[in-house]
Amino acid sequence: MFDAAPSDETLLEVNNIEVIYNHVILVLKGVSLSVPKGGITALLGGNGAGKTTTLKAVSNLLHSERGEVTKGTISYRGDRVQDLDPAALVKRGVIQVMEGRHCFEHLTVEENLLTGAYTRSDGSANVADDLEMVYSYFPRLKERRKSQAGYTSGGEQQMVAMGRALMSRPETILLDEPSMGLAPQLVEQIFEIVKEVNEKEGVSFLLAEQNTNVALRYAHYGYILESGRVVMDGPAAELRENPDVKEFYLGMSEEGRKSFRDVRSYRRRKRWLS
Amino acid sequence: MPEQLIFGMEVFLNGLMAGVLYALVALGFVLIYKASGIFNYAQGVMALFSALTLVGIMEGQVPFGHLINAIFGTEIHGFGWHVPAFAAILLTMGVMILLAVIVQKCVFRHLVGQEPIILFMATIGLAYFLEGVGDIMWGSEIKKLDVGLPQGINTLIDETTFGWFGYGFFIDNLDIVATVIAALLVTALVIFAQYTKQGRAMRAVADDHQAALSVGISLNFVWVMVWSVAGFVALVAGIMWGTKSGVQFSLSLIALKALPVLMLGGFTSIPGAIVGGLIIGVGEKLFEFAIGPMVGGATENWFAYVLALIFLVFRPQGLFGEKIIERV
Repeated sequence: MFDAAPSDETLLEVNNIEVIYNHVILVLKGVSLSVPKGGITALLGGNGAGKTTTLKAVSNLLHSERGEVTKGTISYRGDRVQDLDPAALVKRGVIQVMEGRHCFEHLTVEENLLTGAYTRSDGSANVADDLEMVYSYFPRLKERRKSQAGYTSGGEQQMVAMGRALMSRPETILLDEPSMGLAPQLVEQIFEIVKEVNEKEGVSFLLAEQNTNVALRYAHYGYILESGRVVMDGPAAELRENPDVKEFYLGMSEEGRKSFRDVRSYRRRKRWLS
Repeated sequence: MPEQLIFGMEVFLNGLMAGVLYALVALGFVLIYKASGIFNYAQGVMALFSALTLVGIMEGQVPFGHLINAIFGTEIHGFGWHVPAFAAILLTMGVMILLAVIVQKCVFRHLVGQEPIILFMATIGLAYFLEGVGDIMWGSEIKKLDVGLPQGINTLIDETTFGWFGYGFFIDNLDIVATVIAALLVTALVIFAQYTKQGRAMRAVADDHQAALSVGISLNFVWVMVWSVAGFVALVAGIMWGTKSGVQFSLSLIALKALPVLMLGGFTSIPGAIVGGLIIGVGEKLFEFAIGPMVGGATENWFAYVLALIFLVFRPQGLFGEKIIERV
């Protein structure tokens, strides 16, 4: 059994990266963060803040979308990884679960899971063991193993995408927006599984999430991104208590939760903008 | 038994055999479409190119001979040797794999993440490029291809049917060979696509490029693999058609007959390509036999397309195509 708390060892180190799409659109303007071994690190922020771009910069999926890291470095276990292709990174134990699930629609649930083991070369017996491991985290998938993934529900597809990533025996999972389009109850369930995988399998997570409330409850550490910059970071417990985070991300002010009917203008500017 | 019915049966059998050849071409389309969502307009030209290359190698022809002679004023035409068929087929297969690598490196690697229509346009360009290269490399005259496949009337069937009906069916040996080879090819391909790791990767890439990348599948590798397999299928089709009607540039036009086959069978189904091919083959032969004389003949030119059109209206994904999954 692994310890739930993150260790001092840093796995992923992103140092002041800048990302440009199509040679013109500057999306990230200097993002730095680090992911410790065994921790759940949350990357928070609104639409267009640059969460997904940060994750794709790490997993090297940017290239196929005409994006490129123009400044800064990304290293994993001390090695520079930003020039590797995604397959090489998966072999090193870093895999991304993309926003919006991206299941292979015409493959069955089980075939989807098996594609996760594509880069492995440790024999089919081990892969079969891991398939059972994934089914133990997602019993629902076992019931639906023969269905085409395209016909499963949104929650099931999220499970397929996460299970598929687990099949690669990763050390770090880059999890992009797992709560998207899911009912609150299901979001809670998905995050419980993230926590379980983190504790039992010792997998580290870098988690991009708009749902700040849920993310800060499950993460150990958080970064807040706004327009391509990290504006704040700290242990999740501290971020939860920060008045700015409370007001702008959790929708709470000192008087408690307020109704949108009473909001006319922001009471004060964000402190980090001044 | 009435004479018309016996004739009809013979036409039916011949239609089946013709359908197998259509199916062979359609198969190449399906493979590339399945793996990359690209409708490969160049598939027919690939069949032509492979047949040209095969003949060229067998005859010991010097590639680009005309060009070299024109530039340097030399008079070389051949190496003066003959390569045995089997070795020539292996060499041609090597050329087709090389072609797959080149196509991937020079064209499709730069088009990752582009719209399907752009990829389709690229294959049109590729088709004309390849036709031109084939022309310059091996010359444009009609060539005879003989790799030692049996040809001519199958006497066993002829005699047996004569014994039964008092009328011998004319079935070409080549058609029988083509049928057997097509059956083997399809079985192998279905097993490959459904039950192997690389086959699964191929289908995964077809569904979602980005997701395939994210789990560590190399798009480059999968696409080179698929284009090589499609090249192999093109080679088989090229051999069959080339043996039947000579290696000539109209060979690339048979690719157009593969279109209605695909609409019938479905763009994504390997068995669909075969069934579609058989239906088109039998359909057009029987239609010509039964209705043709009433409308002045030449129905084979349009029958397949009309049938495909009707199918598009009622079942756009074809008989065996994957349902277009759309969740709202």
